[in-house]
Amino acid sequence: MLKLLKKKDFILFLFIVFVSLIISLRYPRFLTLSNLGDIFKDTVILIIVAIGQMMVIITAGIDLSVASGIALTGMSVGLLNQHYPGIPIPLIILISMLIGGALGSFNGLLIAYAFIPPIIMTLGTMSIYRGFVFVLSGGTWVSAHEMTDGFKAISGGHVLGIPNLFIFAAIIIALFAFFLNKTKTGREIYAIGGNELGAKYVGVNVKKIKYYVYLLSGVIYGLAGLLWVSRYASAQNDTAMGFELQTVAACVIGGVSIMGGSGSVTGVILGALFLGIVYNALTVTNVSPFWRMAIAGFLILIAIIVNTIAKKRTQYMMIKRRVF
Amino acid sequence: MDSNISSILSSKSSFICELREIKKYFHGVKALDGVDFRIRPGEIHALIGENGAGKSTLVKILTGIYQPDSGDILLDGKKVSFPSAHESQLQGIAAIHQETSMFPELSVVENIFMGHPIKKSNNISLDWRAMRKKTKELLDRLGIILDPESSIKNLSVAERHLVEIVKALSLNARIVIMDEPTSALTMNEVEHLFNIIRQLKKEGKAIIFISHKLDEVFEIADSYTVLRDGHFIGSGRLEEVSMDELINMMVGRSVNQMFPKIEVELGDVVMEVRNLSKFGVFNGISFKLLKGEILGFFGLVGSGRSEVIRTIFGIDDFDSGEILLDGKSVKISDPKVAMKMGIALVPEDRQLQGLILKMKIRENITLPIIDRIAKSFFLNYPKEVEIAEEYGKQLDIKAASWEDAVQSLSGGNQQKVVLSKWLATNPRILILDEPTKGIDVGTKAAVHRFMGELAEKGISIIMISSELPEVMGMSDNIIVMHEGVITARFKRDEATSEDIIKAATGLVKVE
Repeated sequence: MLKLLKKKDFILFLFIVFVSLIISLRYPRFLTLSNLGDIFKDTVILIIVAIGQMMVIITAGIDLSVASGIALTGMSVGLLNQHYPGIPIPLIILISMLIGGALGSFNGLLIAYAFIPPIIMTLGTMSIYRGFVFVLSGGTWVSAHEMTDGFKAISGGHVLGIPNLFIFAAIIIALFAFFLNKTKTGREIYAIGGNELGAKYVGVNVKKIKYYVYLLSGVIYGLAGLLWVSRYASAQNDTAMGFELQTVAACVIGGVSIMGGSGSVTGVILGALFLGIVYNALTVTNVSPFWRMAIAGFLILIAIIVNTIAKKRTQYMMIKRRVF
Repeated sequence: MDSNISSILSSKSSFICELREIKKYFHGVKALDGVDFRIRPGEIHALIGENGAGKSTLVKILTGIYQPDSGDILLDGKKVSFPSAHESQLQGIAAIHQETSMFPELSVVENIFMGHPIKKSNNISLDWRAMRKKTKELLDRLGIILDPESSIKNLSVAERHLVEIVKALSLNARIVIMDEPTSALTMNEVEHLFNIIRQLKKEGKAIIFISHKLDEVFEIADSYTVLRDGHFIGSGRLEEVSMDELINMMVGRSVNQMFPKIEVELGDVVMEVRNLSKFGVFNGISFKLLKGEILGFFGLVGSGRSEVIRTIFGIDDFDSGEILLDGKSVKISDPKVAMKMGIALVPEDRQLQGLILKMKIRENITLPIIDRIAKSFFLNYPKEVEIAEEYGKQLDIKAASWEDAVQSLSGGNQQKVVLSKWLATNPRILILDEPTKGIDVGTKAAVHRFMGELAEKGISIIMISSELPEVMGMSDNIIVMHEGVITARFKRDEATSEDIIKAATGLVKVE
C-alpha cells in the first residue's frame, strides 16, 4: 500500500495518521475498526464524485453542477422506483448513469464547443439542475417506505460480507486510476491541462476530450446520486446541498492543481478521507456545534498547506538533482 | 588628448543622458561589455544591432529594470542610479515597448493617468475633469484624433502606441524610448507615427529609436549607435554613414566558420508550395524543398515566416494556393494529418507551444506519437520508455531520469526534449522555428551539428531564424521574406549578409 503512495501523497498520508492519533487521544474509540468503517462508508460517495471532479480540474476546468446533478439524478431514480417498483436494479443503475451522462454532456457541449468558461457554465447548470429537482418532485420528497427493499440495498447491502458501497468505490477507483494513467485519452487529459496550446500542436483533439471529461463527470455523479438516495433512503429537494465545494476541497487537499495538469487518484482519495475524518471526529468528540465549521475549515487549510509544502519540496529536490 | 577633454567638458552641458562603460552579466554571461551611449535633447538616436546584440538590456538598464554591474549613468551631466523602474520614470525616462502593457478594459484617459492621477484639492478624490482636459490638450498638441473615453481594447495597435506616447508626455518624460514601434504598423500608420516623433523632437525631447528596419532609421533618425554581441561598435551622425557601412557594423564577422555545415547531395523535390496566400498575412509564397536540403527562411518579426509554416503544418488555414508532397497535391487540415504525412514542426516558443512542462520527459517525447505506439486504446509503457531513452540519448538530454518533469530541466535541455519529441515522429520534413532562440552556445552548436546529421540522413529541413549567421551558416538555400512576400532567394555560396538584410528590410524587391 505504501508503495502505491507517491512521495508527496505520502506526506499527506502521514498528516492524516497524525491527526487521527490526536483525535483518538480525546476519543479512544475513534480508531476502532467499526468507526473507521463508518467513516469510510460516509466518505465513499465523496471519493467517487471527487474523482470525476479531479478529471475536470486536471483539464483546468471545474464542475460546480455535481451536487445539483446528484440531487436531480437521485430524485429521478427515487421517483422511478416509487412509481415503477418493477424496474430491475441493474437497469436503475444504468438509468442513473444515463441521466448523469446527459446532464454532464450538456455542460461539456457548451464548454468545449461554444467556449463558455467552465465556471460560468456549471454555475448556471448548478442552478438549473437544482431547479429541475423541485419541478420533478413538486416540492415533496420520496421517503424510505416508498422505496423498494432492493433499491435501498444498492447502497445498504453486502456481497460476501463486503458493503456494496465499498465495491462501487473499488470499481470506480480502479477504473479511473487505470483510465488516467494507462490510456491514451488519460494522457491527453493531463496534456490539455498542462498546456492547451502545446497539446494542440501535437494534434490532440482538445474539444472532444474536454467534452468527454464533463460527460464522464456526469456519469459519475449520476451513479453517486443513486447511491446517495439509496444510502439515506430518501430523495429530497436539498440533497447534497453544498456538496460541490466538498468535492473541490477533496481535490485541492489531495494535491490536484487548480490550474490544471496535475493530480492523482490516490491524492484525491486521501483528500476525501481527510474530510471524512474531520467531520466524523468533530461529531463524535462532542465539539460544540457552534465551533465545528470553523474548526473544519481551519484543519482543511492546514492540510492544504502541508500538501503545498510537500509539493514544493519534491519540485525543489528535482531541480537540485538537475544535471547541467 | 586635449580635444578629448574639451569634448567631455562640453558634453556636460549638451548631453541630456549619457551611459559610460556599462557592463552587465547574467550568470557569468556577458550581455553588455563596456557600452557607451550619449543622446542630446531634440535628437532622434537610433539604437541598432542584431537580435541578442544587447539593445533590450541597455534599455532595461536605462529604465531601471536591470542594474548595471559597472559603469555610470549620467543625466544632465550628473551621476544617477535607477534602483527601480519608478525612479527612472520620475527622472523623466519613458519606454514604449513592442508589447504594450496597458489595461484593455479601461479608457484612454484612465490608462494615461494610471499610476499618477490628478487629484482634487482635498487630495482624496480624483479630478477626472482635469485629467480629461489634460488628455485632450496632449492629443491636440500632437495632432492625434482619438476619443479619450474609448476603451483601449477597441483601439488598433497603432493607436495604442500613440496612447503610450501621450502617457509618456503626461509624465513629462524628457527621454522617450521606442522599441520597434513600427513592427506592427501599416505604411500610413508609420508615417503618422513619424510625424509625431518629429513633433516630439521639436519640443526638445530626446528619442531613442530601436528598429531593425534600416530604411526607417535613415528616414527618421539623426544619429546612431551600433551594438554587436554586447559590445559598443560605433556611433555617429547618420548623414556621415552609408547603409552598407551600417550593415557591416551590425554583422561584422565571418559567419561561415562558425557553422560547419556538412555538405549533402540534394535529392528530388519532396515538397512544393505554390502561390500560397492568406489575405493580409502572406501572399504568393512559392518554394521547393529537396531531399536532404536545409532551407533557411529569414525575415524580421512580422514578416510572415511563422505564419507560412503554421499554415503548412495545418494549424492555420489559407485562402488560395497549393501544397504538393512528392508531386501530389495534398490537403493538410490539422497537425495530425501533417504528422501522418511525415511533417514535424518544432515551434518557436517551447514553453508555450512546444512542451507540457508539468509532464515527464518520457510523456512529452511520446505525446505526438501516442496513437502510433498505443495498443489501440491502451498505453504501451515499455515502448514509451524505449523511445524516450533512444531519443533522449541521441540528443544527449542531461536529466537524472526520463521520469523527471520537464520543468525541472534547463532551457537548453528543454529545447532538446522538444526536438526529440518531433524526431520521434520520424519525419521526412522537419520544420524548425527559431531552433536556437534563447539557448546557450554549447547547446546551440549541438543543435546545429544535429541538423547537419539529419540532412545527411535525407531528412529535409525548413529552418526559420532571425539570426543571420545561423541562416547563412546552416542553409543550402535561403528565402527572405518581408511583409508577407518573398523578396529574395539565395544559394548558399551567393548569399551576403548585406543583400539578405536589404531584402529583409524591404529595400530591394528581387522578385
